[in-house]
Amino acid sequence: MVLARGLRKRYGDVEAVRGIDVSVRAGEAFGFLGPNGAGKSSTMRMIAAVSPPSGGELRILGMDPATQGPEIRSRIGVCPQEDTLDNELNVRDNLVVYGRYFGIPRREVAERADELLSFVHLGDKAKSKVEDLSGGMKRRLTIARSLVNRPDLLLLDEPTTGLDPQARHLLWDRLFRLKQQGVTLVLTTHYMDEAEQLCDRLVVMDGGRIVAEGAPLDLIRTHSTREVAELRFGVGEHEALAARVEDLAERVEVLPDRLLLYTDDGETAMARVHERGLNPRAFLVRRSTLEDVFLRLTGRTLVE
Amino acid sequence: MSVVSTPTRIGRLDLIGRQLDYWVTVYKRTWRGSVVSSFVLPFLYVVAMGVLLGGFVEQPPERLEGAATYLAFVAPGLVAAHAMQTATGEVMWPVMGMIKWSRTYFGMIATPLRPSDIVAAQLLFTAFRVATACGVFLLILAPFGVFESWTGLFLAWLVQILLGLAFATVFFGISASMRNETGYSVLYRLVVIPLFLFSGAFFPIANLSPVLEWLARLTPLWHGVDLTRTLLLDRVDGPMALVHLTYLVSMTVVGWWFAASRLTKRLAH
Repeated sequence: MVLARGLRKRYGDVEAVRGIDVSVRAGEAFGFLGPNGAGKSSTMRMIAAVSPPSGGELRILGMDPATQGPEIRSRIGVCPQEDTLDNELNVRDNLVVYGRYFGIPRREVAERADELLSFVHLGDKAKSKVEDLSGGMKRRLTIARSLVNRPDLLLLDEPTTGLDPQARHLLWDRLFRLKQQGVTLVLTTHYMDEAEQLCDRLVVMDGGRIVAEGAPLDLIRTHSTREVAELRFGVGEHEALAARVEDLAERVEVLPDRLLLYTDDGETAMARVHERGLNPRAFLVRRSTLEDVFLRLTGRTLVE
Repeated sequence: MSVVSTPTRIGRLDLIGRQLDYWVTVYKRTWRGSVVSSFVLPFLYVVAMGVLLGGFVEQPPERLEGAATYLAFVAPGLVAAHAMQTATGEVMWPVMGMIKWSRTYFGMIATPLRPSDIVAAQLLFTAFRVATACGVFLLILAPFGVFESWTGLFLAWLVQILLGLAFATVFFGISASMRNETGYSVLYRLVVIPLFLFSGAFFPIANLSPVLEWLARLTPLWHGVDLTRTLLLDRVDGPMALVHLTYLVSMTVVGWWFAASRLTKRLAH
């Protein structure tokens, strides 16, 4: 569906994407995980065939975005990071007018608009003004709009940023259903739980490069331990205490607010910490996540 | 599943036509508001400048470029100036709004539409706005008995559309290049208003000093005003009309290209 080789994007002196290789297969959910400024959105705009690559090779649905932009965009759906809904139109007209840009006949686009509104649970809001919708509802409307052309490939740029947990779960559920229907999903996110929930495969991006690639669980297995013990001491104590627990884990990370002990057996490590007379104010043992993978690969946390 | 590429080309006219529904909805929600600026204000101008102020202007026709009365002289000028103002108004704040505030263009380019298709549709909408605004204006003026023939009236109406497009294309390109709206007050005060006042709409440019007269002859609005006036007074001078048309058509062609390339650049960041 998407094939990139040595893909680059440069804005003046800034190189946002520095030569990445990506291959997305039909039917899978593929993620770009990374902090803000990693080059995810620039990559997405190139895949959406709206931003010409500065270098490298790019094929979308087997076509060249430089010469077949309209034909590519006919078959993809885009859910941008910032809503571009028309506040002057009501909810349903947003879908109808948008569907017309794809050349869908009026009668058919009207049917699809009603179907999509019930799919995203906005059926009773059809005549409402967009301005009156909540953030979560606007996102759902944007998703519905991106589906109006029944795309083979759906691009979602930070689909749940700024949403409350309930709204996020509703969105995730809709995206799962789309995937079951065979729609290929490509999404960017800086939430590791979202990446784990949704993606079959993902790449971790940092500073315009891909630093790791694989299935979420494989990445965790390869780059982290099974469990993590988190210890919280007083502010400023973490640096000094790190040396005293260093030998209890395969690896210790010092963050400003906590120590992370990477080990396959968190409970045992925790017991040993207590045996040494150290009493953290708070502690927990959890399994490793993509956040730990990112920390390992870049030395930084995802959400700063 | 294999990816079957079916690159059937989508034609430009098709892509432009697909935006019709959008512009119909825009027109439905804005036409009431535009009634005052499009129809009522021009009418007030005619009454105040043409009839009431014009009543004090007693000049022989040779000093009014062949018009029998000041009203007959100023009416074509007001129509042409109205074409300019309607056209520029459609592509100043609205274009910036669609880039920066509503970000409508960014939604549009995620569909098969290209920036050049968006420019084309919006310019056609602007042409439609100029056609209706100036059409009604001309019809309002007709009972004042200031026009010589219906043919001239019809041709003058077509000239308003061309004049509107000449301005709209260039101003669209400027709007697509501007980072914020403060430039508009400069553009309006230093370009639109001086053109309105000194391009021969209100007085024959022969009244200006020779240097200023030549400067006025270089402005697009003067070409529009002169062509409109000679058509409505039935005093068309063939070669000069050709110069006017060449000027306005060239400005439209170059301006159209300018607008499309500026918007393409702005949206492909």
